[in-house]
Amino acid sequence: MSTQTDQPSFVDRYPEEAAVVRRSLLVAFVMLGIGALMGLVQALHRTNVLRIIDSADYYTVLTAHGVFLAIVFTIFFLVGLYQWAVTRSLDRSPVDIRFTHAWATMMTVGSLMAGAAILLGFIDEVPVSADVLFTFYAPLQAHPIFYAGLAIFIVGTWMAGADWFRTWLAWRKDNPDERIPLQTFMVLTTMIMWYVATLGVAVEVLVFLLPWSLGLIDSVDPLLTRTLFWFFGHPVVYFWLMPAYLLWYTVMPKIAGGRLFSDPLARVVFILFVLLSTPVGIHHQYVDPGIAQGFKFIAMTNTMFLLLPSLLTAFTVVASIEHGARQRGGTGLFGWLTALPWRDPAFTGMALAGLLFAAGGFSGMVNAGMNINYLVHNTLWVPGHFHLTVGTAVALTFMAGTYWLWPQLTNREIYSRPIALAQVVMWFGGMALMSNAMHVAGLFGVPRRTAEPQYSFDFPALFGTIGELRLQIAVGGTLLFISTVLFLSNLAFSLGTPKREGFGQTIPPALSGPEDSPAVLDNMKLWAAIAVVLVVLAYALPLGAIISDNGLFGVGIEPYPMLVRPLFDWAGATLAGLAEVIA
Amino acid sequence: MHIHSYEKLWLGMALLLIVGFIGTITYGTVGAGVQMVDDSGGNVEPGNVSEHEEFGEPGVEKVGENEYDVHVVARQFVFNPGSEVYGAIEVPVNSTVNFYVTSADVIHGFSIAGTNANTMVIPGEVAEITIETEETGEYGIVCHEYCGEGHHNMEGLLRVVPEDEYNGSTQ
Repeated sequence: MSTQTDQPSFVDRYPEEAAVVRRSLLVAFVMLGIGALMGLVQALHRTNVLRIIDSADYYTVLTAHGVFLAIVFTIFFLVGLYQWAVTRSLDRSPVDIRFTHAWATMMTVGSLMAGAAILLGFIDEVPVSADVLFTFYAPLQAHPIFYAGLAIFIVGTWMAGADWFRTWLAWRKDNPDERIPLQTFMVLTTMIMWYVATLGVAVEVLVFLLPWSLGLIDSVDPLLTRTLFWFFGHPVVYFWLMPAYLLWYTVMPKIAGGRLFSDPLARVVFILFVLLSTPVGIHHQYVDPGIAQGFKFIAMTNTMFLLLPSLLTAFTVVASIEHGARQRGGTGLFGWLTALPWRDPAFTGMALAGLLFAAGGFSGMVNAGMNINYLVHNTLWVPGHFHLTVGTAVALTFMAGTYWLWPQLTNREIYSRPIALAQVVMWFGGMALMSNAMHVAGLFGVPRRTAEPQYSFDFPALFGTIGELRLQIAVGGTLLFISTVLFLSNLAFSLGTPKREGFGQTIPPALSGPEDSPAVLDNMKLWAAIAVVLVVLAYALPLGAIISDNGLFGVGIEPYPMLVRPLFDWAGATLAGLAEVIA
Repeated sequence: MHIHSYEKLWLGMALLLIVGFIGTITYGTVGAGVQMVDDSGGNVEPGNVSEHEEFGEPGVEKVGENEYDVHVVARQFVFNPGSEVYGAIEVPVNSTVNFYVTSADVIHGFSIAGTNANTMVIPGEVAEITIETEETGEYGIVCHEYCGEGHHNMEGLLRVVPEDEYNGSTQ
């Protein structure tokens, strides 16, 4: 958390921008609260500890948990953080703040539409639902407002990216010879990746799913649409992760008392993400029929090379905090660890998030192993994995980062530091428990995405019992929910702490600065072009093969549930009737 | 570009790890012969599954000495055969079993609990996986992809029986 300084804070210098950041974060945290509640319901329902809903409604809960947390919470936090990072590191306002407000509004409207479609699934009397889970695989069908909301939300993120590129170009005019400041570099590279990645989902939604849900086209091909989903579905995980990396690279070393070890390596890492995040999506389809083995092999090798930026990050981040610890008087081979600011929830939260990310990285390597994937595909192992990555590396880093950033956005102290510290430790403990049990249960074959993994046969537990694992999941999930409540209430109480001055923070330059790296790293056009070429190489043939086998729209695929079309037929019949009466 | 010597060492080790991983996967494919589910099963029209030559009457069929083909149709929320209403899939031990699985409606999953037999079942596509039956016993079959509000009830049974007890019919 922040110490007293004589610097003006972010809100002192950029009040309008700070308001945009605060609002984005608030939307993110409201979604975090709802999503966490859904998570608790699931953890207790699946394990048969407490079932307060029908099992049929479990999938509505699961859809809300996935979409609210993995899309709305993460991306609203991202746009807030990135708006702060661009403004701060370029030291200038957006070219036109009305445009900034416009994208924030678009994203909010899109989220509300998609969110409403999902939550109306709880009310059987209303023929609107989107019980399609985070992946919305056709021919499961959602109400058109779900797809339309999603499209509007994504267009909002595109506008946000355009806004930051515009700010950067304006800055470039005034500073023709300077290197791009690191935080802005990270924002721009993230957005290049995002533009490439979202092409897949944009085509999926706008060309196929939305017209299909409106009854404009009869059928869509399940394999083609899910391949387009995963074109987007893997890089989106880096869209979650890159803001966490931004905090680890630029904020964490400072909190640890030092500075970033290497600015050039940080740039290389983000460029590797631009290049390799997208041409790997088929690794989610290792056991899909209809895709040749060779394409899966290519996705596998690309995926393995995508380990490189994360392994480099592990080095740089640890080296940076070790440097910080030694600045604080730490000594010895491992003795420096004790000199770190463990009482600071911002530091401890990020450090624990990084620790669990390492574990998540290892389970991810297993997922990436094409033929080992048979053992774990669609088992509970997989959500065990991504609760370590997006559910901890990202979510816990965001919460910890908020403890550091919030005072600079409001000029108000965080209400309670001990509660904040307890909160991040509780998240770590709850997640360690829950995710470990999920991994193990997955190895025994327990499937993910099911309301009642209790079948007429028993899963062969190789050690321990399925009952013990269920208990760990229930306890872990409960701890995570309590941790979320502590975070949100601590933040809510922070709205009422007295305003004061002295929250300004600076970020010290890296030990090895940008002047140590070649200028070509800052050539955004070049990296964008190479990224597109790699995507074309990875996807042209598989997509071509699917379309030549199945046609663009598939044959004879009926949507499920049959809710929307009768409604539209009914509306059409009513309109036709009215027209007759009037005529 | 300036890179610290420890960082160079780390970079080298990371690359070695990555190449090592790719090597083990390649060995698994080429050496150990673990083939991925691919496009070999061909296509079938989901609406016409019941008129399909094989999927019209799904079940176990002996196709060679110790080799069996099993055609399975997945639909909300049953496997035919496999689920209770259709009877368990029964095959003899020490045989090669080729599963051909397709869907008549939405996307399903097909995995045999406790083994690595695991595939997506996508309408329009036929998933082909081959297993060797090495131990007798009953194995649960799970639909592991959300397929609608009764998804959690979608299960089946594979019974691997001693050769002399095998009578060649689905039950």
